[in-house]
Amino acid sequence: MTLTLTNIAKTFPGGVQALLPTDLEIAKGEIVSLLGPSGCGKSTLLRMIAGLETPDAGAKIVFDGEDVTRQSVETRKIGMVFQSYALFPNMSVRGNIGYGLKMQKLPKTEIEARVNEVIALCRLDGYADRAITALSGGQRQRVALARAMAPRPRVLLLDEPLSALDAALRSQLRDELALLLRQFGITAIFVTHDQNEAMAIADRVAVMSLGEVAQIGTPEALYRNPATGFVARFVGDAMPLEGRIEGDRLHLPGGILPLPGPARGSEVLVRAEDIRLDPQGPITARVETVTFLGTHYRIALSGASDTLLIALHSGLSAPQQGENVRLSIAPEALLILPKGVAA
Amino acid sequence: MKSLSKAIPLIVTLLACAFLLIPIIQSVLAGLTVNYFRGLSSGLTLKWVARVLELYSGSILLSIWIALACLVVTLILGVPAAYALARNPGRASRVLEEFISLPLAIPGLALALALLQLYGTLQGFRTSWTFILVGHVLYTLPFMVRSVLSVLAAIDLKVLEEGAASLGAGPARRFFDIVVPNALPGILAGALTVVTLSIGEFNLTWMLHTPYLKTLPVGLADSYASMRLEVASAYTLVFFVMIVPLLMAMQWASARAQRIMQ
Amino acid sequence: MGQRQFLMLCLLPLAVFTLAFLAIPLGRLILASGESEAGWAIYLKIIQTPRYVSTLVQTVVVSLAVTAAALAISTTAGLFLVRNRFVGRNTLLSILTLPLAFPGVVVGFMIILLGGRQGLVNQILPGHWVFAYSITGLFLGYLYFSIPRVLLTVMAAAEKIDPALEEAAQTLGAPQHRIVIDVLLPALSPALIAAGAIAFATAMGAFGTAFTLATDIDVLPMVIYTEFTLSANIAMASALSVILGLVTWTMLLIARSFSGGTVAAGG
Repeated sequence: MTLTLTNIAKTFPGGVQALLPTDLEIAKGEIVSLLGPSGCGKSTLLRMIAGLETPDAGAKIVFDGEDVTRQSVETRKIGMVFQSYALFPNMSVRGNIGYGLKMQKLPKTEIEARVNEVIALCRLDGYADRAITALSGGQRQRVALARAMAPRPRVLLLDEPLSALDAALRSQLRDELALLLRQFGITAIFVTHDQNEAMAIADRVAVMSLGEVAQIGTPEALYRNPATGFVARFVGDAMPLEGRIEGDRLHLPGGILPLPGPARGSEVLVRAEDIRLDPQGPITARVETVTFLGTHYRIALSGASDTLLIALHSGLSAPQQGENVRLSIAPEALLILPKGVAA
Repeated sequence: MKSLSKAIPLIVTLLACAFLLIPIIQSVLAGLTVNYFRGLSSGLTLKWVARVLELYSGSILLSIWIALACLVVTLILGVPAAYALARNPGRASRVLEEFISLPLAIPGLALALALLQLYGTLQGFRTSWTFILVGHVLYTLPFMVRSVLSVLAAIDLKVLEEGAASLGAGPARRFFDIVVPNALPGILAGALTVVTLSIGEFNLTWMLHTPYLKTLPVGLADSYASMRLEVASAYTLVFFVMIVPLLMAMQWASARAQRIMQ
Repeated sequence: MGQRQFLMLCLLPLAVFTLAFLAIPLGRLILASGESEAGWAIYLKIIQTPRYVSTLVQTVVVSLAVTAAALAISTTAGLFLVRNRFVGRNTLLSILTLPLAFPGVVVGFMIILLGGRQGLVNQILPGHWVFAYSITGLFLGYLYFSIPRVLLTVMAAAEKIDPALEEAAQTLGAPQHRIVIDVLLPALSPALIAAGAIAFATAMGAFGTAFTLATDIDVLPMVIYTEFTLSANIAMASALSVILGLVTWTMLLIARSFSGGTVAAGG
């Protein structure tokens, strides 16, 4: 199903603008992630697509050419996985998964068959007649997904589906979820605040900030060509280099850094993996901490910029804490982005 | 000194138990002895209980009937209302909850006076058992609403309902599929409270009843005033036999509902 | 049908019932109190009539005495039962909560069995020991149904006190009775205020017990009853009911603001 959102916005009673007017188009079978910090409007946008919130006047939500803006949630034929899963404690696993099919008034035998099919797909065999309270967090998450998928929804909406799990389980289930969604071949929208989740699962990521979409694109495009400083910071943890720009030179507290070209009025950012320890480098800095992380060292550096810079250094040895080092950054690795854009 | 200060709480507890229990035992014994003034030596008998059943079975049955009717009405009025209050936890809901709880605070006598002045001249209603029923519903309804409300407040009702709605369930389906089953512990505790309180209700009923419609407690008051002590005791014994299991079931159900809420 | 309409529909039966059988009757009761020839001055008349004033004072005094006694007994017993586990504890607890479901008439009868003309005390003690029909009987009757209510509130609160508080006091060298005074009672005070307010309100409004004891002591509910049935003085009965209702309602509001739940009133 293709999903077209036009001019969709949300103002809460009291005047708080949770979402500024937004347009979004999602292709059939595409998995799109809404990524952003809490309060950026991503959940509100998802809930409006679901029909759980009403958008401001003038919005249009179209599923495959059908305008569903005025339809209530129960008639939209969406599937939703909630942050807390919202599994019904009064029903078994089977009862939960079959509930949407029961609402469609399908014959009992067909419900049975389709429930079994989804149970097998989500690897819940043997758990069908268990109580919800007897399941682990990961199993609950799969039941929630199975329940949302069983009625064959037009679009699957997932609201932070991994955030209720502990860290180790989260990264394991992340890959599992990505695989399952691809197997279902469904159009899906996935809300998260975790960039790794978004990048692992989504075909395209919409980075949101302060109630609007800052940039939308493939994970790679966002990483390589962030449109704003916010996107660069949020996707890939870019750090600002704060100094004075003169022509194609950036004057930092630790030295003068060549830029790829004149960059007046721009903001310059760099990623940790692009900062190199280089005895011939133009910048001096002081090593504050060194953390050994197995494949590389993580080095916190002061004096180069106004704030601490983090460098990732691979090699057999690292400088000592308190040592002064020289750094270089390749001009083409710098992110030169327009300054002063809020998002 | 130290052992004395340790013993005082125990003594107070035992004295309080004795104070509450001794008259209960007395009434049980009096209801079962041939002649209370001659004591147990006069022998045990069930004739007083039989006499009570002969004299007052109408009152007892009327009380059971009203208690069950009261349960049905409080379920119909109370459970959906508790749900609506749980879904709209605003100021207006608090005020409404406080208002329907007034019968807990205002003495039954005053409520009965209020009902009598408004509906006392409505003959068909005034002389029917439904008039007593109204009083009982008024008094027990807040217990049902609060019992259900506290359970509903403890579960994340809104998200569960959103889950059901996303699967295609409309408001009424959600109420019967999600709300009622998950509120069952509260409904059970509320139901037992309603029946227990209805069977024992006297203050309102005494004012609302007619000579042809006497409930169990009204009959009790009657027997205390006009019957010999053995009959009054036997009647009290019959009441205990009905109310004590109900009270215990009610306490068990309330404790269970509270456990589930945690 | 949308969610809002469905919620409204859910509230509708209760709203209709409450309007018809609670709001309008109470409004009628208040209006009725001003319908005698005295008009609204009837409330002034109450204060000027010695019989009503002494009734009010008597009711308040008995209720206060019951409240104090019930608090003392139930707090002692409640703390004892919370802090000690022993064989028979559950039996004691069951006995102490048994009267919860007793209507006032039955409680009255219990007091007659204890202190009536044919009562236990009169039988076993030499001399004439009849107190059921006096203010003592009334006090004991009210105490009988107040003990379980206060006990349950106190025990619920006592079970929520963090045991570390008491242990901290012990490590600081406090003896048992100081722990009760310095740690437990302060932690219990909201529950005690709530339980006290409930006990007071219940005693103020208790009708069945006084009715059964048929005492010649004037308490407010009995006076309302006689004004209504014997004197057919509907305005006065209504006015006294309004006063009684206001007092008990205020007390229960106090109780509610100190603790969430309400124990069944009645008696």
